[in-house]
Amino acid sequence: MAGTAHAAGRPRLVWALPGLLFFGLFAVAPMALVAGLSFTDWEGLGSPTWSGGDNWSRLWHSGTMRQAVGLSLLLTALTWLVQTPAALLLGVWAAGRQRNRALLSAVFFLPLLASSVALALLWKSLLDPNFGMLADLGDWLGFESGEVLGTGRGAFGAVVFVAAWQFIPFHTLLYQAGARQIPRSLYDAAAIDGAGRVRQFFSITLPQLRNTVVTSTVLMVVGALTFFDTVLILTQGGPGTDTTILPYLMYETGFQSYEMGYGSAIAVSLVLAATAVSVLVVRLTGFSSMRSTREGM
Amino acid sequence: MRSTPARRTLPRRSFVAGTAALFGTPLAAACGSDGSDRAGGGGGTLDVWVYEDPSTVVQEEAVKRFNKSSDIKAKLTRVPGDGYENKLRTSMGTGNAPDIFFNWGGGSIQDFVRKDMVLDLTPYLREDSRFKDAFIPSILEAGTVDRKYYGVPMRSVQPVLLFYNKDVFREAGAEPPRSWNDMLDLVDTFKKRDVIPYALGGAEPWTDQMWLEYLLDRYGGHEIFYKVQNGDMSAWGHPAVLKAAQAVEDLVRRGAFGKKYKSVQYTNDAAPTLLAKGRAAMHLMGSWEYANQKAQQPDFAKDGLGWVRFPDLPGGRGDPANVVGNPTNYWSVNAKVADGEQGGKREAAAVEFVKLAAEKEYSRALIDNGDVPPTAHARSLLSEHDNPAYARFQYDLVDKAPYFTVSWNQALPAKQGTPMLTAIEKLFNGQIGPEKFVATLKGL
Repeated sequence: MAGTAHAAGRPRLVWALPGLLFFGLFAVAPMALVAGLSFTDWEGLGSPTWSGGDNWSRLWHSGTMRQAVGLSLLLTALTWLVQTPAALLLGVWAAGRQRNRALLSAVFFLPLLASSVALALLWKSLLDPNFGMLADLGDWLGFESGEVLGTGRGAFGAVVFVAAWQFIPFHTLLYQAGARQIPRSLYDAAAIDGAGRVRQFFSITLPQLRNTVVTSTVLMVVGALTFFDTVLILTQGGPGTDTTILPYLMYETGFQSYEMGYGSAIAVSLVLAATAVSVLVVRLTGFSSMRSTREGM
Repeated sequence: MRSTPARRTLPRRSFVAGTAALFGTPLAAACGSDGSDRAGGGGGTLDVWVYEDPSTVVQEEAVKRFNKSSDIKAKLTRVPGDGYENKLRTSMGTGNAPDIFFNWGGGSIQDFVRKDMVLDLTPYLREDSRFKDAFIPSILEAGTVDRKYYGVPMRSVQPVLLFYNKDVFREAGAEPPRSWNDMLDLVDTFKKRDVIPYALGGAEPWTDQMWLEYLLDRYGGHEIFYKVQNGDMSAWGHPAVLKAAQAVEDLVRRGAFGKKYKSVQYTNDAAPTLLAKGRAAMHLMGSWEYANQKAQQPDFAKDGLGWVRFPDLPGGRGDPANVVGNPTNYWSVNAKVADGEQGGKREAAAVEFVKLAAEKEYSRALIDNGDVPPTAHARSLLSEHDNPAYARFQYDLVDKAPYFTVSWNQALPAKQGTPMLTAIEKLFNGQIGPEKFVATLKGL
């Protein structure tokens, strides 16, 4: 009986073939090529010439690279710190049954619908020191002469802010879905025991959302490490190199300086870093074991 | 983008459209042209690529004229501006490469030349003196790589000029600057009146670069950058480079660019608008700025916009008649045009095509379009220009210039040009000092 069920119902490797082929062709193969390119010298013309570990030793000693790594890590940390609390609270709120909830949630989701490019252009105009809203509000907000994008901190803060503004709605959606899954009976029981709203949030909602937090964190971390389009439009990595995060450095090296080999080395380190960090997050949180958060229910 | 962003110094018609084009780039580059008429394939057509902007009509006319008399027909491909360099680079060395292509001379084709991808036009210019003498010499020179001619001038001259707002000067009772001291005095004059002395799009370092180009040329002469351009990065160590960088630091300290130039842009018309609205008094910019102002602020362009050349510097060794900027754009011929059975015939046809740019008819078409042709015979045609005074001023400036320095980022290969622009931006932002700036450039 068990044997026939296995033959009929359990998927065999063949079933995964289309997915594997797709992934192999469009993800693994290009990555392998880029890894190969990182050992060559190529300006995009003719054939690449083998240069051994030159790109890698240059990468290791480069001050710009070190700065970019630091900025990328800082961006990742700030992204998590800014977005997680906001998205968590909004998501739990949006999972409730309050009046106006549906309408307000719809408004909160709007930034998610616009393209990153459009949003970056919008914010760039708003942050223009002479003709944007900052021309009037800048002094009041504490930016000398209303120039946000012209200072290193201001520009970096603007990138973090625009990213948060754009992606908090997405993570809110995750938390909303997660919070909706929590059985009503848990709250009812807690209420009988005399737990207030805050107590309920910390003792029921948060532990129940553990897997959602991990999912959202992995997405945020990988997203922040590979964040690019907003930087390209909003700051172009500037002022100077103060917002040149890893992906932007990769783009600039490969497609503006036409140093494809060196750019590939940056790309490979980015892939390795993003993979390592997400594996680490998943491992540390025990997410991979897929333990239920609702044992005994 | 920053352009790409950053290597092209032509204004964009609209910032949004420009950015859209920027993002279309990878797609356009990946698709290439339709590939139906491959370069060097012995076919009956020549694929001609041109950077698409309002001047493209002149090239369209030239193609039509060429096709009337030639067996081998030319086919014009208009490449959207922002993606042009990437598309060209991706296609070169493949079957989809153009036979004749628009470029910026110097650094924009240097990599191609080193890979023997561009036809050396020196013999053709030597044997046909009418062809060679048709162009202003300094402009033809600027299209050379390693002292050989690879480019034929085919668009407007674009020297960098100092533009000013006549009304702002009148109200302040000031005269346009004729010397460096005037330029410094005017900083105080306008600061007192709460007007930005010099508008500057500091978020786009190619606009910062124009100041350094003139400062270095006036202090130390054009030979310094000429050496750099030919691969000698140690030439950045010349004392005049440090002096120019110190002059920049001094200007910034005096508040010559106002307080918030660092995030001002040129391509979204912020810096030009500051000048047009009288919030800034002067603006150092390429000569296309007139056309730009005419499109954006027609009344100001007509009555309020003035222009002077960049003045001499005290103790400077450079010839004050020199100019910097974009000499013009060039036609170059893909070396592959000569491959195959029909090679000889195709090469001859390609050369005939680029020779059209030397003809009076072509110059006239440029003038009708509001451009100032890079040809020697254009002087007599300038009265037909829509602003003859401006056209003559520009033409004389370029014609009398002993040397025309190509915009640094376009004269250098991208590998050096991109980090150089970053260093320039940092110098203007005060993120690095003049000494560190020089050291950075020497290390390129």
